[in-house]
Amino acid sequence: MPVMTYREALRSAMADEMERDESVVILGEDIGVYGGTHLVTDGLLDRFGPKRVIDTPIAEGGFTGAAIGMAMMGMRPIVEMMTWNFSFQAVDQIIQNAAKVRYFSAGQAGVPMVIRGPNGGGVQLSAQHTHSLEGFYGHFPGLKVVSPVTPHDAKGMMLTAIREPNPVIFLEAGALYGTKGEVPEGEALVPFGKARIAREGTDVTLVGYGRQVNMLLRVADRLAEDEISAEVIDLRSIRPFDEQTLVESVRKTHRAVVVQEQWRWYSVASEVAAIIQEQAFDDLDAPVERVSGAEAPAPYARNLEIAAFPNEQQVIDAVNRVLYR
Amino acid sequence: MATTKSQSPRRKASSQDDGPVAATKTRAKKGPGTSSPSRNGAAPLTLDTETTLDLYRKMNVIRSFEDAAQRGFRQGKIGGYLHLYSGQEAVATGLLSFYQDTDKIITAYRDHAHALLLGSHPNEVMAELYGKGTGLVKGKGGSMHLFDVENGLWGGYGIVGGHIPLGVGMAYALRYQETDGIVQLYLGDGAIHNGAFHEAANLAGLWGRDGMNPTLFILENNNYGMGTSVDRATAMTDLSAKFDSYGIEHEDVDGMDLFAVLEVAERATKRVRETGAPYAIEAMTYRIAPHGAADFLERYRTKEEIAEWRKRDPIGLVEARLLESGVAEATLDEIKTEARAVVDEAVKFAEESPDPALEELYTDVYDEGERG
Repeated sequence: MPVMTYREALRSAMADEMERDESVVILGEDIGVYGGTHLVTDGLLDRFGPKRVIDTPIAEGGFTGAAIGMAMMGMRPIVEMMTWNFSFQAVDQIIQNAAKVRYFSAGQAGVPMVIRGPNGGGVQLSAQHTHSLEGFYGHFPGLKVVSPVTPHDAKGMMLTAIREPNPVIFLEAGALYGTKGEVPEGEALVPFGKARIAREGTDVTLVGYGRQVNMLLRVADRLAEDEISAEVIDLRSIRPFDEQTLVESVRKTHRAVVVQEQWRWYSVASEVAAIIQEQAFDDLDAPVERVSGAEAPAPYARNLEIAAFPNEQQVIDAVNRVLYR
Repeated sequence: MATTKSQSPRRKASSQDDGPVAATKTRAKKGPGTSSPSRNGAAPLTLDTETTLDLYRKMNVIRSFEDAAQRGFRQGKIGGYLHLYSGQEAVATGLLSFYQDTDKIITAYRDHAHALLLGSHPNEVMAELYGKGTGLVKGKGGSMHLFDVENGLWGGYGIVGGHIPLGVGMAYALRYQETDGIVQLYLGDGAIHNGAFHEAANLAGLWGRDGMNPTLFILENNNYGMGTSVDRATAMTDLSAKFDSYGIEHEDVDGMDLFAVLEVAERATKRVRETGAPYAIEAMTYRIAPHGAADFLERYRTKEEIAEWRKRDPIGLVEARLLESGVAEATLDEIKTEARAVVDEAVKFAEESPDPALEELYTDVYDEGERG
C-alpha cells in the first residue's frame, strides 16, 4: 500500500473526485495561487483551473453561503476553512441554511457540500485560533460531522464526504497534516457512522477521536506494561454516531474513559457517557470517566497550553479510577 | 428611456446641511411625492390591454391572498410570523414577468407573492400558511419558507440577509453549468446593512467580471426594516449606491408603478442574462401592511404617511391606467371578484386539508438517497 501524509491523503481524495465528477469545486482563502495555508490544496489550481479552484476574499460567511447556493443547484462544492476557528463567521450560513434548507423546503433543495479544515489546537495559536468544534457542530440535525485521525481515514472519509448528498463538517487533525500512513489506492471509501477499533483490549475502553486517538494508543502501550489491556475506539464519525461498536466494547470491558480536547460541558464525551449508561448500565463496573480540555480559553504559553489539553497521565489516572486501583 | 444611475460619478458630501446624498435623492423625506415615475425618467411602456389586465388580475390575487392571510392570522388559524406583501405588488409582478424557465428566484420571508406569481397554486400556498400537509412544503416551513423549485422558487428564508450569499452562489452555478438562467435575488432595505449582503455583493461583483455571476439584485426598499426607517438605520441613505462599492451597476425605479418596473425589468433581466454580470434595481415601495401581522405599525409611522402612500397604491395606479385606456369599470370589478374567489377557494382548501402526518417530523432532515 502506498504511504502518504494526512495532507496528501486529503488532496488525493479531492483530486480523484474532481477528476471523476465535474460538479466538484473547491473554494476558500488562498487555496489556489498560494496553494493553501496548510498546502492541502497545493497544485489543484494548475490541474483544474480557476473556475473549479476558487480563491476567495476573507469573508467566510459570504463564500460559505455562496457554496451552499452552488450545492443547491447540484454542484458539489468543498469549502476550505483556513481553520475551523474562522467558521464562526459562517455559522449562520452553516446552521441556518446548510443544515436546514432540506427540511424547510420539504426535500426540494439539498446541500451536497463539504466544509473542511484543521480543527483543534496544540501549536500555540492561543484563544481565538484554538477550538475543537465536534460537539458544537454535532448538535445540529441536518449536518454530518466527522473527524478522521489516520491518513487512511482522511482519504476514505473525504471520498465519502464529497459523494454525500448532505452537508458534511469535516474536522481535520490540523496538528497531524505531516503524519504518514498507509493509504489504499482507488475508491477505498470509509463509511460514516462506523467507529474503528484502533486497538483491541479487554480491561477498559478508551474512547476518543481526532488526534486524541494517537495519545490513547500511547496510553494503551503504557497500560500494557502494567498488564492492563485497553481497547481504543476511534469514533471517526461524530454524527451519525456508531453506538453499537461503543456499547459492545463496554459490555466486554465494563469500564470506559472518554477523552476529548474540547471543553467538557455539553460535549461529545458527555454524550458518549450518556449513551453508555443508557445502553450498558448493567454492564458497567465503574462510572464513566471523562477527560477534557481545561475550562478556559486556550492559552498561548507552551506550558499553559500543554496543561490545557488532556495528557497521558490524566488518562492513566482516570483508568486507575475506573479500575479502582 | 430610463437613465441608468451608474457607478460614476461618485457622489460626494457637498454640504453638511444637505447630507451626502441630498443632491440626488431626498431619502429622509421620502414619501409618495418624491417617488414619482418621472423621477425615474421611465417612458410609459406600451402594453396591450390584455397583458395589462392579466397583470392586474395577478396583483389582485396577491392582495386578496394577503388580506385573507391576515384574517387567518387574526383568527389564530395561521401561526408563527406572517409578512405581507400588500403595497409592494408592482415590484415582483413586474420583475417576474420576465422570468424564464432556466431562472432561479430567491427571496427573504415576504415571499407569498413570489410563489403565486411563479405559478404555485394558491391552495398550496395558503395550506402552507395554515400548517397543513397539503402545503407547498408539507407544513414544514410555513409562511417564511415557501419553495417551489419546479416553478423556479428556491425559497423563502427567515434570517435577514442570510439568503443573499446563496443567491450569488446559485448564479455562479448557473453559468458553471452553462445555462442561460439568471438569479432574481430579492432583498429588503433592512438586509442591506447586514454583513451577509456586503460579503455576497463583493463576490457577485468579483465573479461577474468573468461573466460568472448573473445575479439581478432587487432591493425592495419599503423604507422600514421592521420598525426602523432607513434614515434611522444608516447615515448613507442612498441604499443602491452601496452596490457601487462592489462594482455592481444599478438603477432606481418607482416600485409603486408597475409600468415603470416592467420597463426596467425587461432591460435589466436581458442585460444580466447577456453579460453574466450582476446588476441591481432599487425599487422604492411601501408596505401598506404592518411588518408582521402582529406589528405595532403606528409606533413608527403615522396614519397620514400610510394614507399618502395609499393614494399611490400600485393596484390603483394600474386600475387608473386601464380605465383611461377605455376598459369598463365592470370588467375590473369582475377581475376583483374572481381574485377573491380564487383566494376563498384557497382558504377553504387550507381549512379542510389534513394536518401533516406525524412521520413528517423526521423526514427530509437528511437525504438518505444513494450516494453519487
